[in-house]
Amino acid sequence: MDVFLQTLVAGVLKGGLYALIGIGMTLIMGVMGIINLAHGQLMMVAMYITYVLHLAGVDPYLSLFVAMPALFLLGAVIQRFLLNPLLKADTILPENQVLMTVGIGMVLTEVVRFIFKSDYKSVTTGYSNATFFLGNISFSMALVISFLIAIGFTVAMFFFLIRTDIGRSIRATAQDKDAAVLMGVNTGRITIITFGIGSGLVAAAGSLLAPVFYVFPDIGGPFTARAFIITILGGLGSTVGAIFGGVTLGLAESFGATYISMEFENIIGMTIFVLVLLFLPGGFKRLTKI
Amino acid sequence: MKKNLVPLIVLAVLAFFPLAVKDNYYMHLMILFLMWVVIGSAWNLIAGYTGQVSFGDAAFFGSGAYAAGLLSVHLHISAWWGLALGGFAAVAVGLPFGWICFRMRGAYFALATLALNEVMRHSAAIAEGFTGGMVGILIMPSFVSKVPYYYVALGMAVAAVISIQWIVHAKPGYYFVSIREDQDAAESLGINTHYYKMLSLAIAAFWTGVAGSLYMNYMGFIDPDVVFSLHDISIMAILVGIVGGVGTVYGPMVGAFVMVTVQELFRSGFFGLFKYLGTVTGSGTIVSIAETITGAHILGFGILVVVVILVLPNGIVGDWPKIRNAVFRTKPAT
Repeated sequence: MDVFLQTLVAGVLKGGLYALIGIGMTLIMGVMGIINLAHGQLMMVAMYITYVLHLAGVDPYLSLFVAMPALFLLGAVIQRFLLNPLLKADTILPENQVLMTVGIGMVLTEVVRFIFKSDYKSVTTGYSNATFFLGNISFSMALVISFLIAIGFTVAMFFFLIRTDIGRSIRATAQDKDAAVLMGVNTGRITIITFGIGSGLVAAAGSLLAPVFYVFPDIGGPFTARAFIITILGGLGSTVGAIFGGVTLGLAESFGATYISMEFENIIGMTIFVLVLLFLPGGFKRLTKI
Repeated sequence: MKKNLVPLIVLAVLAFFPLAVKDNYYMHLMILFLMWVVIGSAWNLIAGYTGQVSFGDAAFFGSGAYAAGLLSVHLHISAWWGLALGGFAAVAVGLPFGWICFRMRGAYFALATLALNEVMRHSAAIAEGFTGGMVGILIMPSFVSKVPYYYVALGMAVAAVISIQWIVHAKPGYYFVSIREDQDAAESLGINTHYYKMLSLAIAAFWTGVAGSLYMNYMGFIDPDVVFSLHDISIMAILVGIVGGVGTVYGPMVGAFVMVTVQELFRSGFFGLFKYLGTVTGSGTIVSIAETITGAHILGFGILVVVVILVLPNGIVGDWPKIRNAVFRTKPAT
């Protein structure tokens, strides 16, 4: 029973971070209808920002305030100068934007590899390995803090989307771009802001993950994969769905690792992905309707 | 006859190439080029003509390569049998996948292919008893000389290009294009879009798988990270397609040529130019530039993707009037 509970706790804690990654992705996907395959790589950049600041003696959780604006800018620049021009280009394949994000991801990874080499770096803090116990269940201090911050961001994001003007414009653009333009929404600017926010959120996830994970250039790929599994699980463009998707993936990974085998951790995500597509196309969004 | 003149001349040059050039290095590059012509043409069929962009060509490439390798390891027959069976192994992977995933459209299908690629790679790495896991498969190459491989590759490329051209200009080809242009309209005209997308995928998977088995035979060594590589196979296949020109006849050939050259330029540090300059001038900076460039070929790929999509969204062949106009300052023909 303890093993079961322990696995459950680990899965939920990890799921909170995954939710943060998924929300950024689902926002971008919902508003622009494109899949951002550079998502994990943007997170990797944020992790390196955290790492550099850590070398300078800044706490990883404080470096959130540097990594998020930095990645917001990076995301906005990518959208403004690399992705938006593609909308006007006349081409056979509408998937050019997706390809473009693949290219951006490769460039980000390799530029980082250039600067920091392929070595595994770690951001060790006093609480990286600290744990506390509730009954027989151990909680990793760093993961719990990360989880709480991640939940905070998720809730804030939710209110931002529902209550503020920009949030409403973003949702309007996601629902119907042409109608949004007619209502006076500057959709070009909204796409830039959305990509920025998406990047900022994944940057937060990166900074929060840095203390509990290794930092290396190739970390982006697996997280891009996770981000799109979460998004497909939750339903495209659904914020609530992304939270469900993130927690589901976190749980599936930790239960798979405990009860099947560590090796299968990566395959479990893919299997869920295919199962969802088969039996629940549209993801959790179909069930929750949000 | 005039219409076929250019391809026939190219074919003749390619057929006599080994007689003129004995250098193993250039033979190697040409074999890679021919292999990429096959993969690029196959990708072009499914993505360029049918509009179903695949990010997971490596899944088919690797299936073909592993089919050849496993035949040799488990059944102790020549890996050349893989050339006959590898394509069908890839189809066996592709058809169930297509049956499930063709209900998705556009970018979501592309994602599913990406997932297929990853599943195949991890499966090949995990099933150690069957595939040898990360250790990979090593076989003895049948020939020392590269010439036999060259002619096999040439025959394969010619067969692939002709068969794909034939299908594109036959009735299914028009169905493919109609699916790309508007799937709902195609469906309403009575085209069984699911069936024709599967057909297109099967042909593309077949040729990619055959190319994979040739790779196994030629290289003599495969492991999951090599043949199921996202960057070196799947992305490369997409690049060959888009650099040359999506949905064009000669696009994949031009693309394969450009991409193999670019890959090699980076891998060899501009064919040793910087190293040469470094030793001549004795400058340590230039030598270190040479080393840097050699390590940066994925960066080069990434930049190339970005630049090509921004500047030439339809590829070299597709945007040829635009290039001609820019370079020679002539007016476009239309």
